[in-house]
Amino acid sequence: MTEFNLNCPVPRVADDRIVLAHGGGGRLTHQLIEKIFMPAFGNSMLEQRHDGAVLAVEGLKTGSRLAFTTDSFVVHPLIFPGGTIGDLAIYGTVNDLAMCGARPLYLSAGFILEEGLAMDTLRTVVASMQEAAAKAGVQLVTGDTKVVDKGKGDGIFVNTSGIGLIEANVKQTIGPASVQAGDAVIVSGDLGRHGVAILSVREGLEFESPILSDTASVWPAVEALLNAGIEVHCLRDLTRGGLATTLNEIAADRNLCIQLEEKLIPVQETVQSACEILGLDPLYVANEGRFAVFVPAAQADAALEVMKRVPVSKGSVRVGKVEETPGRTVVLQSRIGGNRVVDMLSGEQLPRIC
Amino acid sequence: MKFLSEYRDQKAAEQLSQQIWKKVTRPWTIMEICGGQTHTIVKSGLEDLLPREITLVHGPGCPVCVTPIELIDKAVAIAHRPEVLFCSFGDMLRVPGSSKSLFDAKAEGADVRIVYSPLDALKLARTNPERQIVFFAVGFETTAPANAMAAWQADHDHIENFSLLVSHVLVPPAMEALLSSSNCVVQGFLAAGHVCTVMGYEEYFPIAEKYKVPIVVTGFEPLDILDGILMTVSQLEEGRHDVENQYARATRREGNRPAQERIIEVFEVVNRQWRGLGEIPASGFQLRERFQKYDANRRFPFSGEVAQESPECISGLILQGLKKPNQCPAFAVKCTPENPLGAPMVSSEGACAAYYHYGRRQSHDRIQPELSGTPGR
Repeated sequence: MTEFNLNCPVPRVADDRIVLAHGGGGRLTHQLIEKIFMPAFGNSMLEQRHDGAVLAVEGLKTGSRLAFTTDSFVVHPLIFPGGTIGDLAIYGTVNDLAMCGARPLYLSAGFILEEGLAMDTLRTVVASMQEAAAKAGVQLVTGDTKVVDKGKGDGIFVNTSGIGLIEANVKQTIGPASVQAGDAVIVSGDLGRHGVAILSVREGLEFESPILSDTASVWPAVEALLNAGIEVHCLRDLTRGGLATTLNEIAADRNLCIQLEEKLIPVQETVQSACEILGLDPLYVANEGRFAVFVPAAQADAALEVMKRVPVSKGSVRVGKVEETPGRTVVLQSRIGGNRVVDMLSGEQLPRIC
Repeated sequence: MKFLSEYRDQKAAEQLSQQIWKKVTRPWTIMEICGGQTHTIVKSGLEDLLPREITLVHGPGCPVCVTPIELIDKAVAIAHRPEVLFCSFGDMLRVPGSSKSLFDAKAEGADVRIVYSPLDALKLARTNPERQIVFFAVGFETTAPANAMAAWQADHDHIENFSLLVSHVLVPPAMEALLSSSNCVVQGFLAAGHVCTVMGYEEYFPIAEKYKVPIVVTGFEPLDILDGILMTVSQLEEGRHDVENQYARATRREGNRPAQERIIEVFEVVNRQWRGLGEIPASGFQLRERFQKYDANRRFPFSGEVAQESPECISGLILQGLKKPNQCPAFAVKCTPENPLGAPMVSSEGACAAYYHYGRRQSHDRIQPELSGTPGR
């Protein structure tokens, strides 16, 4: 009879350096925010943990508020199927404002350019920013440029900040704090396209049918919801970390349970196949033109009808609901009828070996 | 046929589940060998569909989990060499060595890249003639043909700046090692479908016969696994111990002959250390004499200290199916995917990580049957 020699490692975990996963949007990103940034900067507006800050500013029309947000873009490659770092930088910030219920108005752009960058590449990126800004109805009103030594950047890094206006007729506070048990969860279209589009062009990965990024401004959809008088509780764009991470943040923040049905979650067949091959879960893959809406269940059908009429959200689907218990949990009923917890990722999704 | 949604159909799943419920008259413990199967089981909540009599235990078929700690240390040391461009499958990067993972090495400046195939690494060798390209050749029989092909191709095209850090492991010897242990609880196996796609399943007949244990070659979709469980349970209830093939759409008895020939040309069978399990005789591959010039072990001699392992993690018991991840005192407390104490908490195929990400609710709602040390066979 063989007896196994049982042993297992206890490694030291390096938490003395930044690793890529700190920027992955998952648990390590949150640790970074909670342990490093919040203690230094924490205030009532940061505490909202929303995509942007909502500011009551004197001199505005009574009831109107300003929304303010910022985002940095470090995507590789700079130009990918369906978009560039330029339109990502415009739409990303525009969408963060939209998620506050604010009409996007003015943007700033800061460029960090790497020595040796082809001027043509910069022209392409700037042209796509111009086009995106025009489509989104925003003006780029201030900017900055720095150049770093070759090897100290990745071609182009862009930061954009934006200001938007929340109209006086939007009475409710739109944000995680307004999410309640009984709310319906709607997503504005099929998931995973942006992340897979980026992966598909990175080194060594080729698919026969191109998958285009979904990068777009979602403000028209939000505007339609607000104009229709839908009582929107929360809006969240489904960028880094995808639907799973967004819903986990809200479930944790509100100590509520979000229940999803896998068969309702819209994923394009090509995206699904790509994810299968790569061992990725589309629930965690980034989107750049998709958002989740929380509305009272009684208004879910009305909200869907409004959203489906707007091109950017014509693929909207009700995918789940909010319940009291078990708190801080996202549960998914799988296609075959079993249940699983949809957890927050600890780092980036890694392709599996086999 | 798309071979995806068809195998995730709720009605068909319910039918299989009902048949399993009808068949079962007493408790059975079944091990799925492959981490890919574990992943599907937890991801689809498949255990919710099974009668309580059936206990699934998760086998050692996760290459990330069983790659020895010394080899991770070696990989980290090689990756740190300035001339080296170190290529690996994605989920090896987070596996902790004795002090660092490849991710840590990357954060410290090592050139570590994720590739999807060893042939992509070979491509990098062609396009970066001034660099040394090292590929971390881990995995079971499934990844062996591509890794063998990479070494063969490098030899054929005289590519000198390419090497493999080999840690290949084999399934059947591990199954035998588990079965021959006196505290084995496994009464039936779901064999790893893709391993058998390459190697065939001839090797399993003597094992089934010797240990009187049913072995069902099983696929990776929820319906495959339910079907594999049904076939295994049927054998157990009927007192049979045959080798059966559930995954006939991808697997033939003789396997993939050309792939096997390439493997045999490039690799030879050796004893291999398994993380958490110890050394298992004739359970791995290393490069044959003719290809040893592509052995990264030889090209980059390593003089690190012998890695320290601690008894705190019970991954050895988990990989043998003696404990479930949530029966470990450190599970989700001291040991999490961000701070893994052991490798099964790292890969999405690792049993502990799978439980952590998908199964925690279950551990509260359901009482897992206590595993006794007495095998039922």
